[in-house]
Amino acid sequence: MAASYDGAPVLEDVSFEVAPGRSVCVLGPNGGGKTTLFRVLLGELEPVAGRVEVSGRPAHVAQTDRTRLDFPVTALDVATMGTLANGRWWLPPRRADRHAARTTLEHVGLADQADIRFGELSGGQRQRALLARALVQDSPVLLLDEPLSGVDPASATLIERVFGELRESGRTLLVASHDVESARSYDLVLCLNRRQLAFGDPASTLDRETLKATYGHELILLEGGRAVTVQHHEHGHAHEDER
Amino acid sequence: MEVIDFLIDPLRSGIDRRALLELAMVGSLCGALGFWIVTERLAYGAESLSHGLLPGLVLAALAGAPVLLGAAGGALVAAALIALASRDARVGPDTGTAIAVTGLVGLGALLALAPEAPQRLEELLFGDPLGVTDGDLVAAALLLVLGGGALAALHRPLTAVAFDAAGAAGAGIRPGLTRLALLVLLAAAVAVAVQGLGALLVLAVLIGPPVAVRAHTGNPARAMAAGAGVAVAAAIVGIEVSFHAHSAAGASVALALCAAAALGAALRRSRRAARVRARPRSPHRVPTAQAR
Repeated sequence: MAASYDGAPVLEDVSFEVAPGRSVCVLGPNGGGKTTLFRVLLGELEPVAGRVEVSGRPAHVAQTDRTRLDFPVTALDVATMGTLANGRWWLPPRRADRHAARTTLEHVGLADQADIRFGELSGGQRQRALLARALVQDSPVLLLDEPLSGVDPASATLIERVFGELRESGRTLLVASHDVESARSYDLVLCLNRRQLAFGDPASTLDRETLKATYGHELILLEGGRAVTVQHHEHGHAHEDER
Repeated sequence: MEVIDFLIDPLRSGIDRRALLELAMVGSLCGALGFWIVTERLAYGAESLSHGLLPGLVLAALAGAPVLLGAAGGALVAAALIALASRDARVGPDTGTAIAVTGLVGLGALLALAPEAPQRLEELLFGDPLGVTDGDLVAAALLLVLGGGALAALHRPLTAVAFDAAGAAGAGIRPGLTRLALLVLLAAAVAVAVQGLGALLVLAVLIGPPVAVRAHTGNPARAMAAGAGVAVAAAIVGIEVSFHAHSAAGASVALALCAAAALGAALRRSRRAARVRARPRSPHRVPTAQAR
């Protein structure tokens, strides 16, 4: 599969298959094509070459900074958006839809924040509201774009607990991340840097050469073999990501 | 009693009653639709479309055809030309749109100022709500019913796409199609509303109400309802002013809409200042990040 924006290629030579119930950590630098891969899997962006097949419609958990924080919706409204996957988009949500959304918000620890505006929630609470929307959708495949980025430790623990439950229930998870060390806990690792550099189990993919090819100068190898990445953001500053 | 008489005076005139009915119906739809136009940052596109359809209006006037027909044709041609011009990456979409719209307004003025053209340029540019025909009222009623139905049906997809397009796509909503439906509604609303407010002032009824109620409403549905209310209130104020001050009706309504927007923005600022004043002062001030 290959994808491009306005004719400029951003992702090439991507070819992988994931069995149901497996978890995949998608590693790569900023601009490496992780979000683009998700957009293709969601059907939001047509591939310019190749094809994608997903069993069922994937649910998406965006990075919170890709959502509109000034938009007047509550955490409950966000969770209820997941019921759009049931069809009937032209009708108001049913009582059962609202109930499912409220129950899911309770599950992610946001029962008390259900009626608070999304933009007024903390970073971790926003991430949990987006996770609730994906859970309400009840999809067999979940795409999570850096779900632990910028969240507080309590939210991170809760989100990781939900990941575990999803894996146990046979859902397929694709999680975009910068966290090289946590990638070792996934079933599979996909390394992207504008093209696919590796795909397989963590032991065979997370070697020094592959990580260097994936991150280039953004990778720092520490004594004992631990790896951390330094992310260069669009505004020119850098910060170390060592979770 | 004198005050009431003064206020209902315009309604004694059939012409003003019809103008008010036309503006109230168009305003109800446009005031609600405007919330999505502002949210999706389409104000410049809406302005371009309304100005760019001028040649269609003038050609309809020259041919003696209904204004609505000219507005619809003009909107289609303007949308196609704007889309074509804004695709040139070398000049950028804003510049391409500006050139296309200026060219279309120039063409419209050229046609309208030709010796054989009827003297109607002024009402095509600034509207003539006092001259609405039965056909205009039927078109406004259809816009209100069909457009209102479309807005209700599209409410959930528009909300999901405006909040997070990728997440909406994951839930089976097609963001591109949803935005296209919004543009079609915008074109229909502009084509109908242009009779009352003209090519230059029609934007006021789309942008004024949502700006007025922004920050004073808690969710999209309330913002749309409040926007519709502001548009109807501005129509009443505008017609009152026009009747008693003998001012141009379309321009009076447009100014009332802009005044409502300015008032809403000022109230927002004063509420924010009051909140800051009410905050307890701390000797150790810690900067906090707030999402706005």
